[in-house]
Amino acid sequence: MYDIKALYEAESVQDAIRLLQEHPEAQILAGGSDVLVQIREGRRAGCEFVSIYMLDELRGISIDEEENIRIGSLTSFSHITKDPIIQKYINVLGEAVDMVGGPQIRAIGTIGGNTCNGVTSADSASTLMAWDAIIELTGPEGVRRVPIKDFYIKAKVVDIKPGEIQTAILIPKESYDNCFGHYIKYSMRNALDIATTGCSVNVRLSEDKKTFERVRIGYGVASPIPVRAPSAEEFINGKEITDQNIKTFAETVLQDINPRNSWRAGRALRRHISVVMAERALRECITLAGGEVNG
Amino acid sequence: MSNKYIGQAVTRLDAYDKARGRIKYTDDLCDKSALVIRVLHSTVANGIVKSIDTSEAEKIPGVVRVFTCFDIKEKHYFPTAGHPWSTDPHHQDIADRLIMTDHPLFYGDDIGAVVAEDEVAASKALSILEKSVVYEELPFVLDAQEAMEEGAPLLHEKFPNNVLAHTEIHMGSVEEAIKEPGLIKCEGWYETQPVQHCHIENFICYAYGEGDRTVVVTSTQIPHIVRRVIGQATGMDWGKFRVIKPYVGGGFGNKQDVLYEPLCAWISIQLGGRLVKLDVPREETFICNRIRHAIKYHITSWMRTDGSFAARTFKAWCNNGAYSSHGHAIAAKGLNAFPQLYPCDNIDGETWTVYTNRSVAGAMRGYGMPQASYAFEVHAEDCARAVGMDPLEFRRKNLMPVGYYHAFSKNELYSDTFNQCFDKGAEIIGYYDKVKKYADQTGDIRRGIAASTFWYNTAVYPIALETSSCRIVMNQDGSVQFQLGETEIGQGADTVAAQMIADTVGIPLSMVHPVSCQDTDVTPFGTGVYASRGTYTLGFSVRQTALLLKEKILEAAHQFTRMPVYNLDLVDGKIIRTTDGRELMTIGELALSKLYTTEGSQHLTAESTYQIKSNAYSFGVCFAEVEVDIPMCRVRLLNIVNVHDCGQVINPLLAAGQVHGGQSMGIGYALSEKLLWDEKTGRPLNNNLLDYKMSSFMDHPRLVADFVENYEPTSAYGTKGLGEPPTCPVAPAIRNAIGQATGVYINELPLSPHTLFREFTDAGLINDSFAEE
Amino acid sequence: MAKQYKVVHCTVNGKEIEQIVDVRSSLTDMLRNDLHLTSVKKGCEVGECGACTVIINGEGFNSCIYLAVWAEGKEIWTLEGLTGPGGELSDIQQAFVDEGAIQCGFCTPGFIMTSWEIVNSGKEYTDDELRKALSGHLCRCTGYENIFRAVKKTMLRHLGKYEEAELVNSQGITEYPEPMPFK
Repeated sequence: MYDIKALYEAESVQDAIRLLQEHPEAQILAGGSDVLVQIREGRRAGCEFVSIYMLDELRGISIDEEENIRIGSLTSFSHITKDPIIQKYINVLGEAVDMVGGPQIRAIGTIGGNTCNGVTSADSASTLMAWDAIIELTGPEGVRRVPIKDFYIKAKVVDIKPGEIQTAILIPKESYDNCFGHYIKYSMRNALDIATTGCSVNVRLSEDKKTFERVRIGYGVASPIPVRAPSAEEFINGKEITDQNIKTFAETVLQDINPRNSWRAGRALRRHISVVMAERALRECITLAGGEVNG
Repeated sequence: MSNKYIGQAVTRLDAYDKARGRIKYTDDLCDKSALVIRVLHSTVANGIVKSIDTSEAEKIPGVVRVFTCFDIKEKHYFPTAGHPWSTDPHHQDIADRLIMTDHPLFYGDDIGAVVAEDEVAASKALSILEKSVVYEELPFVLDAQEAMEEGAPLLHEKFPNNVLAHTEIHMGSVEEAIKEPGLIKCEGWYETQPVQHCHIENFICYAYGEGDRTVVVTSTQIPHIVRRVIGQATGMDWGKFRVIKPYVGGGFGNKQDVLYEPLCAWISIQLGGRLVKLDVPREETFICNRIRHAIKYHITSWMRTDGSFAARTFKAWCNNGAYSSHGHAIAAKGLNAFPQLYPCDNIDGETWTVYTNRSVAGAMRGYGMPQASYAFEVHAEDCARAVGMDPLEFRRKNLMPVGYYHAFSKNELYSDTFNQCFDKGAEIIGYYDKVKKYADQTGDIRRGIAASTFWYNTAVYPIALETSSCRIVMNQDGSVQFQLGETEIGQGADTVAAQMIADTVGIPLSMVHPVSCQDTDVTPFGTGVYASRGTYTLGFSVRQTALLLKEKILEAAHQFTRMPVYNLDLVDGKIIRTTDGRELMTIGELALSKLYTTEGSQHLTAESTYQIKSNAYSFGVCFAEVEVDIPMCRVRLLNIVNVHDCGQVINPLLAAGQVHGGQSMGIGYALSEKLLWDEKTGRPLNNNLLDYKMSSFMDHPRLVADFVENYEPTSAYGTKGLGEPPTCPVAPAIRNAIGQATGVYINELPLSPHTLFREFTDAGLINDSFAEE
Repeated sequence: MAKQYKVVHCTVNGKEIEQIVDVRSSLTDMLRNDLHLTSVKKGCEVGECGACTVIINGEGFNSCIYLAVWAEGKEIWTLEGLTGPGGELSDIQQAFVDEGAIQCGFCTPGFIMTSWEIVNSGKEYTDDELRKALSGHLCRCTGYENIFRAVKKTMLRHLGKYEEAELVNSQGITEYPEPMPFK
């Protein structure tokens, strides 16, 4: 039994927005795999909640008229992994969310919740960062779209205005077209864990597959919020696929990340692993893209 | 006695109901009207509770009562260990606990309790109450060696320097022996971490009044001991309490302590016998029940060039946490084992059990031997390397020889167990080939293979009482029920006892039914299950009682068959005339006739107690094969093989299950599990199943369990301990294998990425200056 | 604030039910306390141990972190529902019995529910995929070994691969291919 002061069940997106306006103190409850746990911990005990879990209109994956991949915010991790559109265009996202917790958590956990909680360790976040996802929010004023890098404000704080709910995550065609990605989750055990550090890389190679046309790399738990490594990306873009370039790319990420020291893991370990992951993830991407490392 | 069921992979008797989900554990039996108890825990690691303001908490709707440590008017200090009681005060466990205390000694100590109509009201009240406690905070100490220093905070006045106990052993003269020229010295510090049992059913109990007594239903391994301790804790007659043990969702030693039964019973009494339930949340199970002792060791060996030992020294500091629980028994077991596993003429050993302001350490599968085995077997590996011998050959040369006799325990090694286990394990895993294959690797990802052994024994003779009682009652159709004090906690005690009874009485297993749930009002006295004693100790009383019953059956058969008892036998449920093998009647016909006869009607039953005055070594080995990803600082366990000699295997399916469980606990111990406290506040950091890294399904390879069966001559059925031994050798085998793979031999646990990163960096295997700015 | 209640309509173990629940209840609370389905176990109440797993619309969920009101319109199965009317065990239950996959039994109901989902998926999982599919459950007794065997054998039998199923028994050492070198 949860210590919930009041539960308001939304019947539609518009209804959810109305409920949030009527009950400005109320918090949004999606799949609950974080929120319910925090109620039990006491962090959110005695609060009011607007449950949007039953809004099936926010579930599912499609390609919209602008050729964006559109992921409904309540789509569960397990459904993202199994989805043919995801598998075809951005398989790495399906792989990344397939490393969240265990299967039952992946059945309840939603990609919207995973981003709205503003947590840097979220397994979807580094991939969404690395693919320049767009966050769609619907509120009293209508729909607005925010690039994911602007959506994250600081640890556990995201750009959701009063009365708004996140309704979709979009991946623009320019972002996913001809891209190949790989995610490495570094954790202390192989299941039921949160990322000590997570790294998601994707590449678009030149037509002759000899140079990096575009490399993007995102990290979780390398900073208070999920981040990209712009210096490393700037270094590698346009460069030839060589061993040395890959190594330099990996080491350059240290200019961009700032992991913390905590009892969960030391800063030095996280920095070290971040470099190893960058190199390995990039090599895997090259293979997926059909390239080879020359010299 | 027939041997129809013993040695067979009989399906466990409770498996069908467990597979249907209809087995009732404690919570499943508790009426939903029960009031909910939540315990108020200290949020300081050492302090005096000056006051607790209960007024706000009492206003929460649904709150029935708030109790605090100040409500304990008579302080009855009590012990909690699930040890048999001793009538000799010098051998009694230390009584240092109160139902609630105004002087909390660790973060999580029990200082009050809320009783409410539902869990939400209880948790609301608890969070208000937590903020109302005024403490006088005192300095605290978390480390055992620091706790022994002058000026360290003293936990218990009767124990200067926080030393609960200090014992020594001396054999020969180390001082003289090391003068021998040409000796090779090997020395090391070895450190093990605190871990928790993590049975999936948390501790839970409920209590209610019945007449002028209190009934406590509890998830325990030791119902009769629980009854005694509730009496001691409340200052009431022991017989005022009735303790019932339903099915238990795992114990592993945590439930071999009395946990919250005294508090729960006391609260029920305060409330006039109302039904109250105390269901410990997982977070509190981690820190407010019991944990495994962290032990630090220092071992030195002086060896001759042929690999034989000239002298050895051993020191150990055992972090007991804030209360005594099992006291010095765990540290003493390691000290006791040291000269036995690798005998040597010249040995000095000493060990300290030390109070600290951490969660209380108690019994946990292996009882100090997973820790000691780590130190022993890590050290043995390093000794072998120091003298340039193959680690297995080094062990074979130095391990306890066949015929070794230990005067105190009267244990004897009757068989060539170590060599047989090493031979079998090496063959299964392909040890010798792989050792060669994995020598001199380079590259980021390397593999290694190694082995380890351990010392263990069965039961607690001669240190403590060993007694077992059994009752068998025959029904009208010749089927029987049996009752034992040895509790079923998932290990399969009921099933192996049933196999023994079926064979010894001479009836089909389908006619033998355990009364699985112990009830101190009905069950014959027994001290429960612990010390890997269950199958060994119950075997004695089971056999004795089964034979008594059989004697009565054959006497009754004489009445109806007119044949002399010495010409009768009971085989597979049939009375047989042994002279010609003729079946005279079935056991069903006999039982029915004997009960309903108008001449000498008798209810066929037997009951007896057997006091056990023996013990038995139980040894085995573990082989581990690992793959180490050096840059990633991660270990993947590829293969693990345990081979054990637990004597006659009563049930191969259940025995393998015991080995798998022990291996699994050892894997987590080796690679990922560790309880953490904040050094600045003494607050536990990772007391939940997410942050505490119990190994998951994906962290396990296939587990291989095998046996060599040397019939144990002291045993009623040739069997001996198996519950705990499989946990002991796993961590050192994995450590040694990582060493073989990488050349980096690490002396602490767990071998997690944190540890490997530091060690690989120190060893130069990881060489990136950029990791440290 | 007055207590809030709601009537939930759903199908539990094949039977349509209407149940008044306190909106604060988890699905575990509803199943255990209101419907007396005590196979649903509480081991952590935060979705880490998997002991409370039930199948909702064909997929395994931790019922402890699932609000009872969300059960509206759902089809839910617990272990009680797998047992036949005469107490017969389903094949996956029987495999858990036969393979020694049950010790203390506390994680068993959750494990069997996930296993039931696996064996009825019609998919042939690799060993690694099986481990992953079962990794939402913690067990301290069995080391997962006999559970793995029970599930794999039943999965293969469902796929008509009876001979392969029998071979799963062989207690063997896994030979791994050479690790992929990373420079």
